[in-house]
Amino acid sequence: MSEYQPILTKHLGQPGSYTLDYYLAHEGYRAARVAVLEMSGEEVTQVVKDSKLQGRGGAGFPTGVKWSFIPKGSTKPRYLINNADESEPGTFKDRLLINHNPHQIIEGMIIACKAIDCHLAFIYIRGEFVKEARLLQAAIDECRANKILGKGIFGSAFSLEILVHRGAGAYICGEEMALIESLEGKRGWPRIKPPFPATEGYLRCPTVVNNVETLSNLPHIITHGADWFRDIGASADSPGPKLYCLSGHVRKPGVYEGPMGTSLSELIFEQAGGPPDGRALKAVIPGGSSSAVLTAKEAQDLPMDFPSVKAAGSMLGSAGIIVLDETADMVQVCANVARFYAHESCGQCTPCREGTTWLTRILGRFTAGEGRPEDIDLILSVTDNIGGLIDFSQGSFGKTICPFGEAVSWPLRSFVEKFREEFEAYLPKAGQPVAAGEVQSAAA
Amino acid sequence: MSFAYTDERGKRFSELLRRYPDKRSVALPALHLAQEQEGFLSLDTIRGVAQLLEVAPASLMDTVSFYSMFYTQPRGKYLLQVCQTLSCSLAGADGLVDHLSRLHQIKSGETSADGRFTLQKVECLGSCGTAPVVQVNDDYYEKMTVDKLNRILDKLP
Repeated sequence: MSEYQPILTKHLGQPGSYTLDYYLAHEGYRAARVAVLEMSGEEVTQVVKDSKLQGRGGAGFPTGVKWSFIPKGSTKPRYLINNADESEPGTFKDRLLINHNPHQIIEGMIIACKAIDCHLAFIYIRGEFVKEARLLQAAIDECRANKILGKGIFGSAFSLEILVHRGAGAYICGEEMALIESLEGKRGWPRIKPPFPATEGYLRCPTVVNNVETLSNLPHIITHGADWFRDIGASADSPGPKLYCLSGHVRKPGVYEGPMGTSLSELIFEQAGGPPDGRALKAVIPGGSSSAVLTAKEAQDLPMDFPSVKAAGSMLGSAGIIVLDETADMVQVCANVARFYAHESCGQCTPCREGTTWLTRILGRFTAGEGRPEDIDLILSVTDNIGGLIDFSQGSFGKTICPFGEAVSWPLRSFVEKFREEFEAYLPKAGQPVAAGEVQSAAA
Repeated sequence: MSFAYTDERGKRFSELLRRYPDKRSVALPALHLAQEQEGFLSLDTIRGVAQLLEVAPASLMDTVSFYSMFYTQPRGKYLLQVCQTLSCSLAGADGLVDHLSRLHQIKSGETSADGRFTLQKVECLGSCGTAPVVQVNDDYYEKMTVDKLNRILDKLP
């Protein structure tokens, strides 16, 4: 790690790093030029497949494989959507890439569009990122003025336009089907899959949705090759550079770049300075609030790549690492996470809409000192009703249209299972009256 | 009163229609544009935009009602959005809400009597590394404390 040189964030903090002039002076758009002028779409796809690049938005699906699902011979237009709807609690890497290196993102989009033969692409950016949307638009305008976007780019027959599309405040629109519905001007309600976006996405046309960080990797893969990329990090199956977001109880919160598989202990203690005032580490949320919490012991020396975090019973997700030290009250943390999901549930599926509200109410009873002994198991029961019985080794079997149901069930279950004694400590003491009534009365 | 985009925004709206492959897809940008012009989305405004997009007003209302950034009621001159999600909460966001609430005698969702401030507790603003975060209209203010927030709000015109 000590000899690791940042790739995605190499130019961070350099004056004018967001301008086209700066980018061109640092080998910018050379990879896109090669992809457009010298490679076929199939060749681009093959290199990215060989690189084993996995999506950085959370699910970790192999990017090249995703592209290859676009039906051959379809005469419909194909669309690329850059998912910049960064909203997963604990995640703030895409905003950084947009602010400091928007051209790296646009170059990645040109390469992806060449691969899937797309001529109109979108950047779906969360509505709150007003400045970032303007910055991206300015970067696109620079490109159009310099024939890097528009008709016949780099003097080829290949044309590409990119539209910046602002969301309007809805976490669920980071889910690709909800995002597509939202882009179509409707409420962001996820669609049932299949059909997958690659066959029927935006306007029922073949569509690929890729995350900002994923796309930012592409220029480097084209320039240096698949072998180079696979050599970065400990695991050749889950390689590449990775942005890790550290927040919560650390002295130096922020985004840190390292190879895939960087140890969680190194990130928390060496990079981010560990918990303040010498306090002890208690737990870590490794991949955004949708991932299961890890105890300090589980988190120790854990390699942060997709297979390793999965094997530890959680997920790398978006690498939104929220650090919790000994002062963290796990019931309060759990209640905060539950409230987020209750607020953000899109309301389409009953188990999720009702379940998240009930979880928030039950946890509200705890924090108000009115928890009932049976409430602890009731939380587990409600999460089962939303997310299904989850066995990480078997995958999950959610009861909702989209993964949101699992995204609330996994973490909440993990808080209760791993820190049950803290929930018990919140119960009114013996000898004090406990609200009477059956469990069912809560639903009356 | 019927709704129409003012000249410059009318041009931007026409440009949107020209560039998108589908009229309905222009709904979100068209609504942002209308809200920027009018301050909030009244029923008349929504009807007007629906007419321009050739969709049923009820259908567009359905879209409007889904998104937290579309307002169907007037807001204060400054919208103070305080993130209350985990990383901001761990960094003291609750104290910021309490402070603003006391200072302006408003609860979350309410507007101060002088029409200057609307307070809104919001979920993750995507800036957890610089928590706690307060968004004032379009701008993020990061690593906020009560003192810093006071200084920022005092300087607003």
